[in-house]
Amino acid sequence: MRPVAIVGIGQTPVREHWDAGLRELAVQAVWQALDECHLDTIDVFYVGNMLSGTLTGQEHLATLIAEYAGLTGVEAIKAEAACGSGAAAFRQAVLAVASGAAEVALAVGVEKLTETSTHKTTDGLASAADADYETAMGISFVALNALLMRRYMYEYRYHKSDFSAFIEIAHRNAVHNPHAMFRHRVHRDQYERAKMVADPVNLLDSSPIADGAAAVVISSQDRINQFPNRPIWVAACEVSTDTIALDNRENPLWLKAAERSVRKAFKTSGLTHRDIQLFELHDAFSIMSALSLEGSGFAERGTAVRLANEGHFAIDGLLPISTFGGLKARGHPVGATGLYQIVEATLQLRGQAPKAIQLPDARIAMTQNIGGSGATIITTILSRERL
Amino acid sequence: MMGIPGNWRLRKQRYQLAGTKCQNCCQIHFPPRQVCPACKNRRLEDFRLSGKGTVYSYTIIYQSTPKFEFFVPYVVALIDLEEGPRITAQLTDVDPDQVEIGMPVEMVRRKISEQGERGLIHYGYKFRPRIR
Amino acid sequence: MVNTGESSLAEILIPDRPVGIVGYGAYIPRYRLPAREIARLWRGTQEAEALPIDQKSVPGPDEDTITMAIEAAENALLRAAISPEKIRAVWIGSESHPYAVKPSGTIVAQALGITPNASTADFEFACKAGTEAMQAGFGFVGSKMADYVLAIAVDTAQGRPGDALEYTAAAGGAAFVIGPAEEALAVLEGTFSYVTDTPDFFRRAHQLYPEHGHRFTGEPAYFHHITHAACKLMEGLNTRPQDYAAVVFHQPNTKFPLKVAKKLGFREEQVRTGLLAPFIGNTYAGASPLGFTAVLDEARPKDRILVVSFGSGAGSDAMSFRVTEAIVQRRDRAPLTRVYLRRTKPIDYATYAKWRNKIVMH
Repeated sequence: MRPVAIVGIGQTPVREHWDAGLRELAVQAVWQALDECHLDTIDVFYVGNMLSGTLTGQEHLATLIAEYAGLTGVEAIKAEAACGSGAAAFRQAVLAVASGAAEVALAVGVEKLTETSTHKTTDGLASAADADYETAMGISFVALNALLMRRYMYEYRYHKSDFSAFIEIAHRNAVHNPHAMFRHRVHRDQYERAKMVADPVNLLDSSPIADGAAAVVISSQDRINQFPNRPIWVAACEVSTDTIALDNRENPLWLKAAERSVRKAFKTSGLTHRDIQLFELHDAFSIMSALSLEGSGFAERGTAVRLANEGHFAIDGLLPISTFGGLKARGHPVGATGLYQIVEATLQLRGQAPKAIQLPDARIAMTQNIGGSGATIITTILSRERL
Repeated sequence: MMGIPGNWRLRKQRYQLAGTKCQNCCQIHFPPRQVCPACKNRRLEDFRLSGKGTVYSYTIIYQSTPKFEFFVPYVVALIDLEEGPRITAQLTDVDPDQVEIGMPVEMVRRKISEQGERGLIHYGYKFRPRIR
Repeated sequence: MVNTGESSLAEILIPDRPVGIVGYGAYIPRYRLPAREIARLWRGTQEAEALPIDQKSVPGPDEDTITMAIEAAENALLRAAISPEKIRAVWIGSESHPYAVKPSGTIVAQALGITPNASTADFEFACKAGTEAMQAGFGFVGSKMADYVLAIAVDTAQGRPGDALEYTAAAGGAAFVIGPAEEALAVLEGTFSYVTDTPDFFRRAHQLYPEHGHRFTGEPAYFHHITHAACKLMEGLNTRPQDYAAVVFHQPNTKFPLKVAKKLGFREEQVRTGLLAPFIGNTYAGASPLGFTAVLDEARPKDRILVVSFGSGAGSDAMSFRVTEAIVQRRDRAPLTRVYLRRTKPIDYATYAKWRNKIVMH
């Protein structure tokens, strides 16, 4: 398959967008991306979204957004993989262009979680789990992560407050991200006093409910030169799945889908762990940060929390994570998150990140988007140079 | 969420821990499978699990989905069943602060939820500290 | 002893084929509400002696008549050691069936693996609904229509807040596998039912709580019916109180069963083993059946046991049993009733009111 690159990006701020619905948000992001690369048409249009049907009664989303973006007639399809929908849409766009089926593709992730009651939203988010054997038993999505966190603390002998490091990193970075939902610092004592949601997960362990849209335009190598921005190459974009239900995982603390998709991504790109300079991981919950780092091979089992406390993952650490605030502080509009990660990594590699969080000489970045409690994992490696 | 037919279809799993056993590699599954996750074989037989197990992990839920709000705070656990599978279920008849990883538990049939005052009562498996 | 005039064996009920209890099981929920807690809210500072029982059992928020019936029946099946498919009827007596239309028996039978080749039905007759189910079982097996029947007696009784009944209305019950006498751990010698239209306690359809006749529930109801049923049965069997190792009466409180025992000529020691009301309250349809399981837990082969239920409305079922050798081997196959009696967790009135849906939410 031929090399492809990101040539345009767009994102709305992440917050409660009372004044904008799905189509308004998506169109904003779409046109930011198209304007960036001076395009007014594309070949293929993928939308990543999880809950438009459940929360707003709107399925058939890609066609709707294509129309409202002024692109009626284009091939338009929605991709859904729970909270991994954003990267799933990205993956489809990459495949379309890499395979030669299209020259230019656009992937936009959009989510409106504030459209209805918090209860309905919570119910909707819980549908990422196994409806018959997890959700039906009274498990919320938070509870699944709580089960993981408790077991991890038990096996590796951590205290709850040790996890604060991930939250502190995310918030410290988000201060400099104008699109982030939360731009305030969070300190350890605040973390320790936060309200318990599902023991041991508290309010500050959990990414917030928010709305947003982010978009990315992908082009084939052949047309690269017509675009004004520095192309950022998609060195790899790989998907792996694991069991939906946590209770069917071989080892719930080992994200096998992370291990597999990362291995595939390194194989495709020819890169190794040492080449990765920043990691936009899926920190929906603090425990997910730890498990993602370990499953992806950036930390030995049981050590990620300790490394986080040692500064390893801070913006000036050995492997910065959540450089724009991550899911925790930038926000987690579920179906859009995967594309926010890619937009942020692209900004880093272009050298266009806000100064305080810009990595000096960023050349290779990894992003990882997770659906459910680790059931679908999409790992992407972006590179400043074509490899 | 799920209506009458969907819940009815799950009655054997919910009431009796009805699972499957692979006729090729003998792995025991819950929920029941059509394809063995271990060896991909499709010849599977019915197998009822005993309901005896130990707690692998647990959490105390303080904020739940509306259907379970009445029971807050309640305990949900991952339980290692003695035949091998791991199951997700509520713990009952136990104080939250007495739950421990490794605790031996046994399956009981309890009310899981109701579809409102006029709707069906859903019964199914929960686990409690062993008395049998 | 009441003089009931001439009576012969033909008047008491004995099936053609000898039958008995092949397995028995109990269930009592874990939670207890001290009577003092109720008094704290509703009667200011009443002396402890004025309270009818010490504490009552309260079903947890995830329990009801069906869940308790399943566990009691499971214990009975464990003791009987027969496969569930052999049960041809599941009859449940209760005044708190979760559905007004849909028998508790269908769910219990499904859960226990008894379906589909069985009959199920729900019985109601206040506190004697369970012993009625047992009698129907004796008839079904006794007529050779089937070899095994599961008769279950379980309740999650409700009392109106602030009402005297609230002190005692409790939850729990028992189950019995009824089968041929050769396989029984307790053989039925005979049974007798005594019924009249006596409205001492009743509940209209769609009402949440029952009405009761206060002192009218005593002499004309409880005492009259129990006395007649017990006497008729003993006359018909030619037995006397001293022939019984133990007697179990319906137990709405601690006083009534002790009083009727004395009246009939039984000693207090004969009543004590089967008197659980002080510890768990009145489990309504489950009351005398649960008392019966406690007696069976300690019975010896050849013991004779008398069980006399009472259901408001009103009626009484008396049953006489002879324990066999089989009890020794089967008793420990399932938790003894005292395991459930001792498994306790006290709760306060607020928790009880929430769980029992006494708080109206608009």
